[in-house]
Amino acid sequence: MSKLQEKLATGQFVVTGEIGPPKGINIEPVMHEAEEYLKDSVTAVNVTDIQTAVMRAGSMVGCKLLIDRGIEPVFQMVCRDRNRLALQSDLLSAALLGIENVLALTGDHVVMGDHQDAMAVYDLDSVGLLKAMSTLEAGSDLGVDMKGNPNELDGAPTFFKGCCVTPCAPNVNAQIAKLEKKVAAGAQFVQTQAVYEPAEFEEFMNKISHIDVPILVGIVMLKTAGMAKYMNRGVPGVSVPDAIIQRMSDAAKEDRQKVSIEICGELVASMKDCCQGAHLMTLGWDHCVPDIIAAAGLA
Amino acid sequence: MNPTERKPNDEIVESMKGVEKAFILGCQGCPIGCETGGQPWLDEMTQLLEGAGKQVTGSALIDMICNKAIVGIKLGRIVDQIAEAQAILVGSCGVGVQAVGNMVGRRPIPAMNTISMSDHQGLWPSEERCAQCGQCVLAQTGGLCPVTLCAKSLINGICGGTGDDGSCEVSSDRRCGWLMIYERLEALGRLDDYNTFNEPRDYRKRAITDANRHTMRWALEVAKQEEQDEAEQPTAN
Repeated sequence: MSKLQEKLATGQFVVTGEIGPPKGINIEPVMHEAEEYLKDSVTAVNVTDIQTAVMRAGSMVGCKLLIDRGIEPVFQMVCRDRNRLALQSDLLSAALLGIENVLALTGDHVVMGDHQDAMAVYDLDSVGLLKAMSTLEAGSDLGVDMKGNPNELDGAPTFFKGCCVTPCAPNVNAQIAKLEKKVAAGAQFVQTQAVYEPAEFEEFMNKISHIDVPILVGIVMLKTAGMAKYMNRGVPGVSVPDAIIQRMSDAAKEDRQKVSIEICGELVASMKDCCQGAHLMTLGWDHCVPDIIAAAGLA
Repeated sequence: MNPTERKPNDEIVESMKGVEKAFILGCQGCPIGCETGGQPWLDEMTQLLEGAGKQVTGSALIDMICNKAIVGIKLGRIVDQIAEAQAILVGSCGVGVQAVGNMVGRRPIPAMNTISMSDHQGLWPSEERCAQCGQCVLAQTGGLCPVTLCAKSLINGICGGTGDDGSCEVSSDRRCGWLMIYERLEALGRLDDYNTFNEPRDYRKRAITDANRHTMRWALEVAKQEEQDEAEQPTAN
Protein backbone atom coordinates (compact mmCIF):
# COMPACT_ATOMS: atom_id res chain seq x y z
CA MET A 1 0.00 0.00 0.00
CA SER A 2 1.38 3.44 -0.89
CA LYS A 3 2.08 6.02 1.79
CA LEU A 4 -0.52 8.26 0.15
CA GLN A 5 -3.21 5.60 0.44
CA GLU A 6 -2.17 4.71 3.98
CA LYS A 7 -2.22 8.30 5.22
CA LEU A 8 -5.55 9.09 3.58
CA ALA A 9 -7.00 5.91 5.11
CA THR A 10 -6.05 7.10 8.61
CA GLY A 11 -7.81 10.41 7.98
CA GLN A 12 -4.67 12.56 8.18
CA PHE A 13 -4.65 15.77 6.14
CA VAL A 14 -2.32 14.99 3.25
CA VAL A 15 -0.23 17.35 1.12
CA THR A 16 1.05 16.38 -2.32
CA GLY A 17 3.36 18.28 -4.65
CA GLU A 18 3.99 18.25 -8.37
CA ILE A 19 6.91 18.39 -10.77
CA GLY A 20 7.08 18.56 -14.54
CA PRO A 21 9.84 16.78 -16.48
CA PRO A 22 11.92 19.05 -18.73
CA LYS A 23 11.79 19.51 -22.47
CA GLY A 24 15.12 17.77 -22.96
CA ILE A 25 17.08 15.42 -20.78
CA ASN A 26 18.44 17.86 -18.24
CA ILE A 27 16.25 16.53 -15.41
CA GLU A 28 18.79 16.95 -12.59
CA PRO A 29 17.63 20.46 -11.51
CA VAL A 30 14.02 19.25 -11.14
CA MET A 31 15.12 16.18 -9.18
CA HIS A 32 17.39 18.29 -6.98
CA GLU A 33 14.48 20.64 -6.11
CA ALA A 34 12.23 17.65 -5.36
CA GLU A 35 14.80 16.13 -3.06
CA GLU A 36 15.65 19.40 -1.37
CA TYR A 37 12.17 20.89 -0.85
CA LEU A 38 9.47 18.25 -1.45
CA LYS A 39 10.89 15.05 0.03
CA ASP A 40 10.38 15.99 3.67
CA SER A 41 7.33 18.21 3.29
CA VAL A 42 4.83 16.28 1.16
CA THR A 43 3.52 12.70 1.14
CA ALA A 44 3.80 12.17 -2.61
CA VAL A 45 4.80 14.07 -5.71
CA ASN A 46 2.83 14.05 -8.98
CA VAL A 47 4.80 13.86 -12.19
CA THR A 48 2.93 15.50 -15.07
CA ASP A 49 2.38 13.62 -18.32
CA ILE A 50 3.25 15.78 -21.35
CA GLN A 51 1.42 18.62 -19.62
CA THR A 52 -0.73 20.92 -21.79
CA ALA A 53 0.32 18.80 -24.78
CA VAL A 54 3.80 20.35 -24.79
CA MET A 55 6.29 17.58 -25.69
CA ARG A 56 8.74 16.77 -22.90
CA ALA A 57 10.31 13.86 -21.02
CA GLY A 58 7.84 11.30 -19.74
CA SER A 59 6.02 10.89 -16.47
CA MET A 60 7.02 7.28 -15.83
CA VAL A 61 10.76 7.95 -15.88
CA GLY A 62 10.21 10.99 -13.64
CA CYS A 63 8.39 8.72 -11.19
CA LYS A 64 11.21 6.18 -11.23
CA LEU A 65 13.83 8.86 -10.60
CA LEU A 66 11.78 10.09 -7.62
CA ILE A 67 11.56 6.55 -6.21
CA ASP A 68 15.37 6.31 -6.52
CA ARG A 69 15.57 9.38 -4.29
CA GLY A 70 13.15 7.99 -1.72
CA ILE A 71 10.22 10.13 -2.85
CA GLU A 72 6.81 8.55 -3.50
CA PRO A 73 5.45 9.51 -6.93
CA VAL A 74 1.97 9.90 -8.36
CA PHE A 75 2.12 8.76 -11.99
CA GLN A 76 -0.10 11.02 -14.08
CA MET A 77 -1.50 9.35 -17.20
CA VAL A 78 -3.40 11.16 -19.92
CA CYS A 79 -5.46 9.41 -22.61
CA ARG A 80 -4.37 11.76 -25.40
CA ASP A 81 -1.18 10.08 -26.58
CA ARG A 82 -1.55 6.29 -26.24
CA ASN A 83 -4.04 3.65 -27.25
CA ARG A 84 -5.27 0.95 -24.89
CA LEU A 85 -2.36 -1.38 -25.66
CA ALA A 86 0.23 1.23 -24.70
CA LEU A 87 -1.74 2.47 -21.69
CA GLN A 88 -2.10 -1.02 -20.21
CA SER A 89 1.52 -1.88 -21.03
CA ASP A 90 2.71 1.32 -19.35
CA LEU A 91 0.61 0.50 -16.31
CA LEU A 92 2.33 -2.89 -16.03
CA SER A 93 5.71 -1.22 -16.58
CA ALA A 94 4.94 1.36 -13.89
CA ALA A 95 4.01 -1.39 -11.44
CA LEU A 96 7.31 -3.13 -12.24
CA LEU A 97 9.13 0.08 -11.30
CA GLY A 98 7.32 0.19 -7.95
CA ILE A 99 4.87 2.94 -8.90
CA GLU A 100 1.57 2.55 -7.03
CA ASN A 101 -0.27 5.89 -7.25
CA VAL A 102 -1.73 6.57 -10.70
CA LEU A 103 -3.80 9.62 -11.63
CA ALA A 104 -6.05 9.06 -14.67
CA LEU A 105 -6.71 12.16 -16.76
CA THR A 106 -8.34 12.84 -20.13
CA GLY A 107 -5.51 15.19 -21.15
CA ASP A 108 -5.55 18.58 -22.85
CA HIS A 109 -6.22 18.38 -26.57
CA VAL A 110 -3.16 18.46 -28.85
CA VAL A 111 -4.21 21.84 -30.21
CA MET A 112 -3.42 23.32 -26.77
CA GLY A 113 0.25 22.39 -27.12
CA ASP A 114 3.26 22.70 -29.36
CA HIS A 115 2.52 19.80 -31.73
CA GLN A 116 -0.88 20.93 -32.90
CA ASP A 117 -0.73 18.79 -36.04
CA ALA A 118 -0.42 15.54 -34.06
CA MET A 119 -3.15 12.91 -33.88
CA ALA A 120 -5.15 13.01 -30.65
CA VAL A 121 -5.78 9.43 -29.53
CA TYR A 122 -8.38 9.18 -26.72
CA ASP A 123 -8.82 5.47 -27.44
CA LEU A 124 -9.81 5.22 -23.77
CA ASP A 125 -11.20 8.14 -21.79
CA SER A 126 -10.44 8.75 -18.10
CA VAL A 127 -13.30 6.46 -17.05
CA GLY A 128 -12.09 3.76 -19.43
CA LEU A 129 -8.53 4.11 -18.08
CA LEU A 130 -9.72 3.69 -14.48
CA LYS A 131 -11.67 0.60 -15.57
CA ALA A 132 -8.54 -0.71 -17.31
CA MET A 133 -6.58 -0.33 -14.04
CA SER A 134 -9.29 -2.16 -12.11
CA THR A 135 -9.28 -4.89 -14.76
CA LEU A 136 -5.48 -5.31 -14.55
CA GLU A 137 -5.74 -5.49 -10.76
CA ALA A 138 -8.25 -8.31 -11.16
CA GLY A 139 -5.65 -10.23 -13.17
CA SER A 140 -7.03 -9.65 -16.65
CA ASP A 141 -6.84 -7.00 -19.38
CA LEU A 142 -9.13 -5.35 -21.94
CA GLY A 143 -8.42 -7.92 -24.65
CA VAL A 144 -9.46 -11.49 -25.28
CA ASP A 145 -7.59 -14.67 -26.20
CA MET A 146 -8.05 -16.66 -29.41
CA LYS A 147 -11.17 -18.30 -28.01
CA GLY A 148 -12.69 -15.00 -27.00
CA ASN A 149 -12.06 -15.52 -23.29
CA PRO A 150 -10.53 -12.86 -21.01
CA ASN A 151 -6.73 -12.87 -21.01
CA GLU A 152 -5.00 -13.94 -17.81
CA LEU A 153 -2.08 -11.87 -16.49
CA ASP A 154 1.07 -13.55 -15.24
CA GLY A 155 1.16 -11.48 -12.07
CA ALA A 156 -1.37 -8.73 -11.40
CA PRO A 157 -0.44 -5.18 -10.30
CA THR A 158 -2.02 -3.14 -7.51
CA PHE A 159 -2.60 0.58 -7.84
CA PHE A 160 -3.95 3.46 -5.80
CA LYS A 161 -6.18 4.97 -8.45
CA GLY A 162 -6.86 8.67 -8.66
CA CYS A 163 -8.74 11.10 -10.85
CA CYS A 164 -9.38 14.80 -11.26
CA VAL A 165 -12.43 17.07 -11.01
CA THR A 166 -12.99 20.80 -11.61
CA PRO A 167 -14.90 22.08 -8.54
CA CYS A 168 -15.42 25.64 -9.82
CA ALA A 169 -16.51 24.67 -13.34
CA PRO A 170 -19.51 26.62 -14.62
CA ASN A 171 -21.10 23.27 -15.46
CA VAL A 172 -20.30 21.72 -12.09
CA ASN A 173 -23.22 19.26 -12.13
CA ALA A 174 -21.90 17.68 -15.34
CA GLN A 175 -18.50 17.46 -13.61
CA ILE A 176 -20.02 15.78 -10.57
CA ALA A 177 -21.90 13.27 -12.72
CA LYS A 178 -18.62 12.37 -14.41
CA LEU A 179 -16.89 12.10 -11.02
CA GLU A 180 -19.56 9.60 -9.93
CA LYS A 181 -18.73 7.58 -13.02
CA LYS A 182 -14.99 7.70 -12.27
CA VAL A 183 -15.55 6.50 -8.73
CA ALA A 184 -17.79 3.69 -10.01
CA ALA A 185 -14.92 2.77 -12.36
CA GLY A 186 -12.52 2.45 -9.43
CA ALA A 187 -11.17 5.92 -8.51
CA GLN A 188 -9.96 5.94 -4.89
CA PHE A 189 -8.77 9.54 -4.52
CA VAL A 190 -9.28 12.88 -6.22
CA GLN A 191 -6.91 15.77 -6.85
CA THR A 192 -8.83 18.82 -8.04
CA GLN A 193 -8.20 21.53 -10.59
CA ALA A 194 -6.99 24.80 -9.04
CA VAL A 195 -9.37 26.46 -6.57
CA TYR A 196 -9.18 30.12 -5.50
CA GLU A 197 -12.71 30.47 -4.11
CA PRO A 198 -13.09 28.64 -0.76
CA ALA A 199 -16.83 29.36 -0.50
CA GLU A 200 -17.50 27.83 -3.90
CA PHE A 201 -15.30 24.85 -3.00
CA GLU A 202 -17.23 24.26 0.21
CA GLU A 203 -20.47 24.32 -1.76
CA PHE A 204 -18.95 21.76 -4.14
CA MET A 205 -17.90 19.53 -1.23
CA ASN A 206 -21.46 19.65 0.14
CA LYS A 207 -22.80 18.64 -3.26
CA ILE A 208 -20.54 15.58 -3.40
CA SER A 209 -21.06 14.45 0.20
CA HIS A 210 -22.54 11.22 -1.22
CA ILE A 211 -19.22 10.39 -2.91
CA ASP A 212 -16.99 8.55 -0.47
CA VAL A 213 -13.43 9.19 -1.70
CA PRO A 214 -10.81 11.57 -0.27
CA ILE A 215 -10.54 14.91 -2.06
CA LEU A 216 -7.26 16.86 -2.25
CA VAL A 217 -7.94 20.47 -3.15
CA GLY A 218 -5.77 21.80 -5.96
CA ILE A 219 -3.71 24.94 -5.30
CA VAL A 220 -1.79 26.59 -8.15
CA MET A 221 0.83 29.16 -7.12
CA LEU A 222 0.38 32.53 -8.75
CA LYS A 223 3.58 34.12 -10.00
CA THR A 224 2.21 37.46 -11.17
CA ALA A 225 -1.11 39.28 -11.44
CA GLY A 226 -0.82 38.83 -15.19
CA MET A 227 -0.72 35.06 -14.76
CA ALA A 228 -3.93 35.20 -12.70
CA LYS A 229 -5.64 37.26 -15.41
CA TYR A 230 -4.42 34.82 -18.03
CA MET A 231 -5.85 31.90 -16.05
CA ASN A 232 -9.20 33.66 -15.81
CA ARG A 233 -9.25 34.08 -19.56
CA GLY A 234 -7.64 30.86 -20.69
CA VAL A 235 -7.88 28.07 -18.12
CA PRO A 236 -11.33 26.44 -18.05
CA GLY A 237 -12.96 26.16 -14.64
CA VAL A 238 -10.43 28.37 -12.87
CA SER A 239 -11.38 31.79 -11.61
CA VAL A 240 -9.09 33.98 -9.50
CA PRO A 241 -11.06 36.61 -7.53
CA ASP A 242 -10.18 40.30 -8.05
CA ALA A 243 -9.02 40.67 -4.43
CA ILE A 244 -6.28 38.06 -4.96
CA ILE A 245 -5.22 39.61 -8.28
CA GLN A 246 -5.04 42.99 -6.52
CA ARG A 247 -2.75 41.62 -3.81
CA MET A 248 -0.41 40.23 -6.46
CA SER A 249 -0.32 43.47 -8.44
CA ASP A 250 0.15 45.58 -5.29
CA ALA A 251 3.19 43.53 -4.25
CA ALA A 252 6.62 44.85 -5.21
CA LYS A 253 8.44 42.54 -7.61
CA GLU A 254 10.75 41.19 -4.90
CA ASP A 255 7.79 40.48 -2.59
CA ARG A 256 5.62 38.62 -5.11
CA GLN A 257 6.80 35.18 -4.09
CA LYS A 258 6.16 35.94 -0.42
CA VAL A 259 2.67 37.24 -1.15
CA SER A 260 1.94 34.21 -3.33
CA ILE A 261 3.05 31.91 -0.49
CA GLU A 262 0.71 33.76 1.88
CA ILE A 263 -2.21 33.44 -0.55
CA CYS A 264 -1.63 29.69 -0.97
CA GLY A 265 -1.31 29.23 2.79
CA GLU A 266 -4.55 31.11 3.43
CA LEU A 267 -6.38 29.10 0.75
CA VAL A 268 -5.26 25.78 2.25
CA ALA A 269 -6.05 26.95 5.79
CA SER A 270 -9.55 28.04 4.81
CA MET A 271 -10.40 24.79 3.01
CA LYS A 272 -8.59 22.17 5.08
CA ASP A 273 -11.55 21.42 7.32
CA CYS A 274 -13.85 20.46 4.46
CA CYS A 275 -11.50 18.15 2.52
CA GLN A 276 -8.82 15.52 3.08
CA GLY A 277 -5.75 17.14 1.62
CA ALA A 278 -4.14 19.71 -0.64
CA HIS A 279 -2.33 19.25 -3.93
CA LEU A 280 0.24 22.03 -4.38
CA MET A 281 1.16 22.91 -7.94
CA THR A 282 4.08 25.33 -7.63
CA LEU A 283 5.08 25.46 -11.31
CA GLY A 284 8.81 25.31 -10.61
CA TRP A 285 8.76 27.27 -7.34
CA ASP A 286 9.20 24.01 -5.41
CA HIS A 287 11.31 25.73 -2.78
CA CYS A 288 8.16 27.55 -1.63
CA VAL A 289 6.37 24.34 -0.58
CA PRO A 290 7.69 24.21 3.04
CA ASP A 291 6.72 27.87 3.52
CA ILE A 292 3.20 27.30 2.10
CA ILE A 293 2.73 24.39 4.50
CA ALA A 294 3.88 26.58 7.38
CA ALA A 295 1.66 29.47 6.26
CA ALA A 296 -1.31 27.06 6.17
CA GLY A 297 -0.63 26.15 9.80
CA LEU A 298 0.11 22.52 8.92
CA ALA A 299 3.79 22.40 9.90
CA MET B 1 -25.42 6.89 -48.64
CA ASN B 2 -25.16 6.13 -44.95
CA PRO B 3 -25.57 2.36 -44.76
CA THR B 4 -26.96 0.84 -41.60
CA GLU B 5 -27.39 -2.51 -39.96
CA ARG B 6 -30.07 -3.36 -37.45
CA LYS B 7 -29.23 -3.34 -33.78
CA PRO B 8 -30.08 -6.62 -32.01
CA ASN B 9 -33.68 -6.62 -30.72
CA ASP B 10 -32.42 -7.21 -27.16
CA GLU B 11 -30.39 -4.01 -27.28
CA ILE B 12 -33.37 -2.03 -28.57
CA VAL B 13 -35.62 -3.37 -25.80
CA GLU B 14 -32.89 -2.61 -23.22
CA SER B 15 -32.60 0.98 -24.53
CA MET B 16 -36.37 1.33 -24.16
CA LYS B 17 -36.36 0.22 -20.53
CA GLY B 18 -38.84 2.30 -18.56
CA VAL B 19 -40.52 3.58 -21.71
CA GLU B 20 -44.22 2.71 -21.71
CA LYS B 21 -45.35 4.58 -24.80
CA ALA B 22 -43.25 4.89 -27.92
CA PHE B 23 -43.54 6.26 -31.43
CA ILE B 24 -41.76 4.46 -34.27
CA LEU B 25 -40.19 6.43 -37.08
CA GLY B 26 -38.42 4.90 -40.05
CA CYS B 27 -36.37 6.46 -42.82
CA GLN B 28 -37.20 5.49 -46.38
CA GLY B 29 -33.93 6.75 -47.80
CA CYS B 30 -30.71 4.82 -47.31
CA PRO B 31 -32.30 2.10 -45.09
CA ILE B 32 -34.38 1.06 -48.12
CA GLY B 33 -31.24 0.78 -50.21
CA CYS B 34 -29.51 -1.47 -47.71
CA GLU B 35 -32.70 -3.32 -46.75
CA THR B 36 -32.63 -2.48 -43.07
CA GLY B 37 -35.71 -0.26 -42.97
CA GLY B 38 -39.05 0.37 -44.62
CA GLN B 39 -42.46 -1.20 -43.96
CA PRO B 40 -41.15 -4.68 -43.04
CA TRP B 41 -38.89 -3.10 -40.41
CA LEU B 42 -41.74 -0.96 -39.11
CA ASP B 43 -44.00 -4.00 -38.76
CA GLU B 44 -41.30 -5.96 -36.98
CA MET B 45 -40.52 -3.12 -34.56
CA THR B 46 -44.23 -2.63 -33.80
CA GLN B 47 -44.47 -6.31 -32.91
CA LEU B 48 -41.25 -6.16 -30.88
CA LEU B 49 -42.33 -3.19 -28.79
CA GLU B 50 -45.88 -4.45 -28.28
CA GLY B 51 -44.45 -7.85 -27.37
CA ALA B 52 -42.33 -6.08 -24.75
CA GLY B 53 -45.51 -4.65 -23.25
CA LYS B 54 -45.21 -1.16 -24.69
CA GLN B 55 -47.91 0.93 -26.28
CA VAL B 56 -47.06 2.17 -29.78
CA THR B 57 -48.67 5.61 -30.04
CA GLY B 58 -48.12 5.77 -33.77
CA SER B 59 -45.60 5.23 -36.51
CA ALA B 60 -44.45 6.83 -39.72
CA LEU B 61 -42.05 6.36 -42.59
CA ILE B 62 -40.34 9.46 -43.93
CA ASP B 63 -38.29 9.64 -47.10
CA MET B 64 -35.20 11.38 -45.79
CA ILE B 65 -35.06 11.78 -42.01
CA CYS B 66 -31.75 13.61 -42.35
CA ASN B 67 -33.73 16.52 -43.78
CA LYS B 68 -35.22 18.29 -40.79
CA ALA B 69 -37.66 20.29 -42.92
CA ILE B 70 -39.29 17.07 -44.11
CA VAL B 71 -39.28 15.67 -40.58
CA GLY B 72 -40.94 18.83 -39.29
CA ILE B 73 -43.65 18.85 -41.98
CA LYS B 74 -44.47 15.15 -41.69
CA LEU B 75 -44.44 14.95 -37.91
CA GLY B 76 -46.33 18.23 -37.59
CA ARG B 77 -49.40 16.41 -38.88
CA ILE B 78 -49.29 13.76 -36.18
CA VAL B 79 -47.96 15.81 -33.31
CA ASP B 80 -50.43 14.25 -30.84
CA GLN B 81 -49.02 10.77 -31.41
CA ILE B 82 -45.51 12.09 -30.83
CA ALA B 83 -46.47 14.09 -27.75
CA GLU B 84 -48.05 11.02 -26.17
CA ALA B 85 -44.84 9.01 -26.57
CA GLN B 86 -41.94 9.08 -24.08
CA ALA B 87 -39.42 8.06 -26.71
CA ILE B 88 -39.12 7.70 -30.46
CA LEU B 89 -37.56 4.59 -31.92
CA VAL B 90 -35.76 5.76 -35.04
CA GLY B 91 -34.77 3.47 -37.87
CA SER B 92 -32.15 5.49 -39.71
CA CYS B 93 -28.48 6.39 -39.75
CA GLY B 94 -26.98 8.46 -36.92
CA VAL B 95 -27.64 11.70 -38.80
CA GLY B 96 -31.36 10.92 -38.89
CA VAL B 97 -31.56 9.99 -35.20
CA GLN B 98 -29.88 13.28 -34.27
CA ALA B 99 -32.10 15.28 -36.65
CA VAL B 100 -35.20 13.79 -34.97
CA GLY B 101 -33.75 14.62 -31.53
CA ASN B 102 -33.16 18.18 -32.64
CA MET B 103 -36.68 18.59 -34.07
CA VAL B 104 -38.74 16.86 -31.39
CA GLY B 105 -38.63 17.25 -27.61
CA ARG B 106 -38.59 13.51 -27.10
CA ARG B 107 -35.74 11.09 -26.58
CA PRO B 108 -34.72 9.47 -29.86
CA ILE B 109 -33.51 5.88 -29.66
CA PRO B 110 -31.44 4.47 -32.53
CA ALA B 111 -32.68 1.13 -33.86
CA MET B 112 -29.67 0.77 -36.16
CA ASN B 113 -25.89 1.11 -36.18
CA THR B 114 -24.43 3.20 -38.96
CA ILE B 115 -21.59 1.26 -40.54
CA SER B 116 -18.44 2.62 -41.99
CA MET B 117 -18.03 3.74 -45.57
CA SER B 118 -14.71 5.18 -44.41
CA ASP B 119 -15.89 8.69 -43.67
CA HIS B 120 -18.06 9.20 -46.73
CA GLN B 121 -21.11 11.29 -45.88
CA GLY B 122 -23.81 11.18 -48.49
CA LEU B 123 -26.07 14.02 -47.49
CA TRP B 124 -25.15 16.69 -44.96
CA PRO B 125 -28.05 19.02 -44.61
CA SER B 126 -27.29 20.63 -41.25
CA GLU B 127 -25.28 20.39 -38.03
CA GLU B 128 -25.80 16.66 -37.41
CA ARG B 129 -22.76 14.50 -38.10
CA CYS B 130 -22.36 10.73 -38.01
CA ALA B 131 -18.90 9.18 -37.82
CA GLN B 132 -20.26 5.79 -38.91
CA CYS B 133 -18.69 4.21 -35.83
CA GLY B 134 -20.96 1.18 -36.00
CA GLN B 135 -21.81 1.34 -32.26
CA CYS B 136 -24.49 3.97 -31.92
CA VAL B 137 -24.77 5.38 -28.38
CA LEU B 138 -27.41 8.02 -29.15
CA ALA B 139 -29.86 6.17 -26.86
CA GLN B 140 -27.74 7.23 -23.86
CA THR B 141 -27.01 10.77 -24.98
CA GLY B 142 -30.42 12.23 -25.70
CA GLY B 143 -29.84 11.93 -29.42
CA LEU B 144 -26.69 14.09 -29.58
CA CYS B 145 -23.57 12.33 -30.88
CA PRO B 146 -20.53 12.49 -28.53
CA VAL B 147 -18.26 11.01 -31.18
CA THR B 148 -18.77 13.93 -33.55
CA LEU B 149 -19.71 16.73 -31.12
CA CYS B 150 -16.87 16.23 -28.60
CA ALA B 151 -13.45 17.30 -29.92
CA LYS B 152 -11.95 14.28 -28.14
CA SER B 153 -14.79 11.90 -29.10
CA LEU B 154 -15.13 11.03 -25.42
CA ILE B 155 -17.93 8.55 -24.79
CA ASN B 156 -18.19 8.71 -21.01
CA GLY B 157 -18.85 12.34 -20.19
CA ILE B 158 -17.39 15.82 -19.95
CA CYS B 159 -13.66 16.58 -19.54
CA GLY B 160 -12.15 19.50 -17.64
CA GLY B 161 -11.75 21.69 -20.69
CA THR B 162 -15.15 23.39 -20.81
CA GLY B 163 -14.89 27.18 -20.79
CA ASP B 164 -16.96 29.51 -18.60
CA ASP B 165 -19.10 30.27 -21.65
CA GLY B 166 -19.61 26.57 -22.36
CA SER B 167 -17.08 26.49 -25.18
CA CYS B 168 -14.71 23.63 -25.97
CA GLU B 169 -11.03 23.99 -25.08
CA VAL B 170 -10.02 23.52 -28.71
CA SER B 171 -11.95 26.51 -30.01
CA SER B 172 -14.00 29.34 -28.53
CA ASP B 173 -16.57 29.08 -31.33
CA ARG B 174 -17.21 25.40 -30.69
CA ARG B 175 -19.62 24.42 -27.92
CA CYS B 176 -18.72 21.61 -25.52
CA GLY B 177 -20.50 18.54 -26.88
CA TRP B 178 -20.89 16.93 -23.48
CA LEU B 179 -22.35 20.09 -22.00
CA MET B 180 -24.94 20.00 -24.81
CA ILE B 181 -25.62 16.36 -24.01
CA TYR B 182 -25.92 17.09 -20.29
CA GLU B 183 -28.37 19.92 -20.95
CA ARG B 184 -30.37 17.78 -23.38
CA LEU B 185 -30.60 14.90 -20.87
CA GLU B 186 -31.63 17.35 -18.16
CA ALA B 187 -34.38 18.75 -20.42
CA LEU B 188 -35.55 15.21 -21.19
CA GLY B 189 -35.49 14.21 -17.51
CA ARG B 190 -32.98 11.48 -18.41
CA LEU B 191 -29.87 12.49 -16.40
CA ASP B 192 -29.46 8.86 -15.27
CA ASP B 193 -28.43 8.06 -18.85
CA TYR B 194 -25.26 10.11 -18.24
CA ASN B 195 -24.13 7.43 -15.80
CA THR B 196 -24.18 4.66 -18.40
CA PHE B 197 -20.66 3.30 -18.78
CA ASN B 198 -19.82 2.98 -22.46
CA GLU B 199 -17.22 0.33 -23.21
CA PRO B 200 -14.18 1.44 -25.23
CA ARG B 201 -15.08 1.58 -28.90
CA ASP B 202 -14.38 -1.28 -31.31
CA TYR B 203 -12.23 0.34 -33.98
CA ARG B 204 -12.50 -2.68 -36.26
CA LYS B 205 -15.86 -1.20 -37.17
CA ARG B 206 -14.18 1.88 -38.59
CA ALA B 207 -12.55 -0.15 -41.34
CA ILE B 208 -14.41 -0.46 -44.61
CA THR B 209 -14.81 -3.93 -46.09
CA ASP B 210 -13.94 -4.38 -49.73
CA ALA B 211 -17.53 -5.34 -50.54
CA ASN B 212 -18.79 -2.09 -48.99
CA ARG B 213 -16.17 -0.06 -50.78
CA HIS B 214 -17.56 -1.06 -54.15
CA THR B 215 -21.25 -0.66 -53.52
CA MET B 216 -23.71 2.18 -53.45
CA ARG B 217 -27.10 0.50 -53.53
CA TRP B 218 -26.87 -2.90 -52.02
CA ALA B 219 -30.42 -4.15 -52.47
CA LEU B 220 -30.40 -3.44 -56.18
CA GLU B 221 -27.00 -5.03 -56.61
CA VAL B 222 -27.96 -8.12 -54.63
CA ALA B 223 -31.18 -8.49 -56.61
CA LYS B 224 -29.28 -8.09 -59.86
CA GLN B 225 -26.72 -10.67 -58.76
CA GLU B 226 -29.45 -13.13 -57.82
CA GLU B 227 -31.11 -12.59 -61.19
CA GLN B 228 -27.80 -13.22 -62.90
CA ASP B 229 -27.13 -16.36 -60.83
CA GLU B 230 -30.56 -17.71 -61.72
CA ALA B 231 -30.04 -16.98 -65.40
CA GLU B 232 -26.71 -18.77 -65.34
CA GLN B 233 -28.14 -21.91 -63.75
CA PRO B 234 -28.27 -24.78 -66.22
CA THR B 235 -31.86 -25.50 -67.19
CA ALA B 236 -33.11 -29.07 -66.94
CA ASN B 237 -33.88 -30.58 -70.27
